[in-house]
Amino acid sequence: MADRTATLRVFRGDRESGKPVDYQVPLAPGMVVLDAIHSIQAHQSPDLAVRWNCKAAKCGSCSAEVNGRPRLMCKTRMDSLPLDQPITVFPMKSFPVIKDLVTDVSWNYEVNKKITPFTPRPNVEWKMDQADVDRVQEFRKCIECFLCQNVCHVLREHDKKSEFGGPRFFVRSAGLEMHPLDGANRLGALRKELGIGYCNITKCCTEVCPEEIHITDNAIIPLKERVVDEFYDPLTMIVRKIFGAK
Amino acid sequence: MTPTPQYETHEHDVLIIGAGGAGLRAAIEALAQGARVAVVCKSLLGKAHTVMAEGGLAAAMCNLDKADGWRPHFRDTMNGGKRLNNWRMAQLHAQEAPGRVNELEQWGALFDRTADGSILQRAFGGHTYRRLCHVGDRTGLEMIRTLQDRGVQLGFDVFMECTVTRLLKDGNRVAGAFAYYRDSGKFVVFKAKAVVIATGGIGKSWRVTSNSWECTGDGMALAYDAGAELLDMEFVQFHPTGMVWPPGVQGILVTEAVRGEGGILRNKNGERFMEKYDPKRMELSTRDVVARSIYTEVKEGRGSPHGGAFLDISHKPPEYVKRKLPSMYHQFKELADVDITKGPMEVGPTCHYVMGGIRVDAESTQASLPGLFAAGEAAGGLHGANRLGGNSLSDLLVFGRRAGLAAGQYAKTGTAPSIDAAQIEDAAREALAPFERATGENPYSIHHDLQEVMQNLVGIFRADQDLRKALVELDKLKDRAKKIRVEGTRTFNPGWHLFFDLQSMLTLSEACTHAALARKESRGAHSRLDFPKTEDEWGRKNLVIAKKGGALSLVEVPRGEMPAELQQILAEDK
Repeated sequence: MADRTATLRVFRGDRESGKPVDYQVPLAPGMVVLDAIHSIQAHQSPDLAVRWNCKAAKCGSCSAEVNGRPRLMCKTRMDSLPLDQPITVFPMKSFPVIKDLVTDVSWNYEVNKKITPFTPRPNVEWKMDQADVDRVQEFRKCIECFLCQNVCHVLREHDKKSEFGGPRFFVRSAGLEMHPLDGANRLGALRKELGIGYCNITKCCTEVCPEEIHITDNAIIPLKERVVDEFYDPLTMIVRKIFGAK
Repeated sequence: MTPTPQYETHEHDVLIIGAGGAGLRAAIEALAQGARVAVVCKSLLGKAHTVMAEGGLAAAMCNLDKADGWRPHFRDTMNGGKRLNNWRMAQLHAQEAPGRVNELEQWGALFDRTADGSILQRAFGGHTYRRLCHVGDRTGLEMIRTLQDRGVQLGFDVFMECTVTRLLKDGNRVAGAFAYYRDSGKFVVFKAKAVVIATGGIGKSWRVTSNSWECTGDGMALAYDAGAELLDMEFVQFHPTGMVWPPGVQGILVTEAVRGEGGILRNKNGERFMEKYDPKRMELSTRDVVARSIYTEVKEGRGSPHGGAFLDISHKPPEYVKRKLPSMYHQFKELADVDITKGPMEVGPTCHYVMGGIRVDAESTQASLPGLFAAGEAAGGLHGANRLGGNSLSDLLVFGRRAGLAAGQYAKTGTAPSIDAAQIEDAAREALAPFERATGENPYSIHHDLQEVMQNLVGIFRADQDLRKALVELDKLKDRAKKIRVEGTRTFNPGWHLFFDLQSMLTLSEACTHAALARKESRGAHSRLDFPKTEDEWGRKNLVIAKKGGALSLVEVPRGEMPAELQQILAEDK
């Protein structure tokens, strides 16, 4: 593999304009796409913009679309890709480009503020069973790479950012709702502010999650069921009508 | 004539630089004091290097081992640090860590549990008892997410992807900072009554490192340039187990929890070599000892194919390994084609942590300049000559809280600072200089050469000749760094960002090398081939570095007498 090279076709540009640019990169054993991007920075284009931190799939910074698939660049091995054709590396499509591979993900931080934080029930004893904790720990593995947000068609095709929270924040909500000692109720916000009803469970988010969180099955569907029970249960609806409860 | 620089200005009571565990915990505590708080961080919120912490958070909760308590934790910390630690910090740390863990849990963190539902604790190197509260092998993520959510809830102003290049002063008092936004390249001035530095370590100056691009010692360099003192800079921890193969992942951390859960180290002959170096504690010896042992095995020709040692956990049931070490399982499977439930990993030492840092007061974390506080890895003292695994996350919480508290209180008594425009104009001029040169060097090549110098000459084993050579090389690199030219625009330009980071790395590399040359003994992580013994006389002094008249000055500072009560605890050592 010593003398072989690969071609990377990397998006270069900003909010206004941009185009793919081809770079030849020497290959090394075990190389990942982020290594190739760093090689371009060091030897060809020092101003090529990319986010990264840990290089070990723990921080969720280096999200991009590699050959059209949303991936973490630090986890995408070059030898897993066809090297006889250019490897395309583009920024996440659902967020505005700042420059090159860096996108403006600030919207996510705004959505996060809408979620009621952990609220322990009064006078709880701080004891929990591992079995109960396991369920929530799955959600807390999320590294906020926002690949699920990027791929979700409600955001990607329909751009419902003002009405919909996206899979990442259903995962966070599920982690709070299912926390054994939490006492808050987030179902109203899930229905209204986070628009969970828009999700029609196509599981695109689950497919791209680098942490292998079962976003749809374990977070979104149980939350949808709880929302339905709370707001659309026929018996409760009748009771509400009669007694004028909200 | 240079035009007046354009910049926006923000005023707060407390400015916190860095949003890892220490910075976030400081922010939460300063908010609790009623302060208006700004947090400035180089990355997005939640991506700081704390997120990489794996094995756990050391606190004598006594959930499994009732004989534990703050005294044994204090004693282990002091012994791990070869008793060069600031004993008051080690005492406060051991006493306050359990309270900080409970607090995290009450803010929503979910630790692994014992059978009776309490927080589970695991064994770790140098800890006499099972002490590390953990979440599998992703404890840092749990901690940073919990603190981040708590801070957002309480309402701090976060300035993400914003890098501070200079502290601003009002007379001798630190009164703010000059920074640029990484995305737009625009300048920003923060005015504050108190400034907390929580910027982490310096590992990015070494070629083989577990540290991310952020760990360039910015906060220590900012403090040093402003006139504050640095302490113990010779003590750099090489974690014994980083990945060694393939080349792109060299240095990435392999958590000590692998050994905590029963992992065994072997050389290429299949020998369990720790029997030779530390027969009592074996794989769970302190990091300095294990790192030197692996290094020695490799150097003497008994290394693994890619120049490391074999670390094996595959004697444990596969499901257990996947549950307790999930990210290690995935990391090796995906990046190195190794299934750790079936065979051994190849591991070798990697630059991981600096014990030294900004010299602070133990109680208040105040640096040697008024208005300046420091906590976490950026501060020195707690860990002495060698840090125990798990004591970093607890350090972040204990001293992050103390820094926020002290800075918040300081801000209440302080008046609004006044900063003269000349400082700001000078900082802006310095920042833009690399764009104005018609020719000049690429910052990446200087960074590459710096990493080689530090890796080869200021590594695990040190010697007079190497260290002197390193100083000569660092001088050359400093000259080259003055002539950096940056291509492109100010919009998210990594070459320009590296220009700033390099200034910090060069400052700290020089401080580390000078201190390593001056300490003529071996102690903890500092191993001198030419002075292999630990000397009592050197145990009675710290090395303190400060900028005097534009140049680096290094002095020996006597350590005083440890209180009898603490001496008594150390004397009880079995």
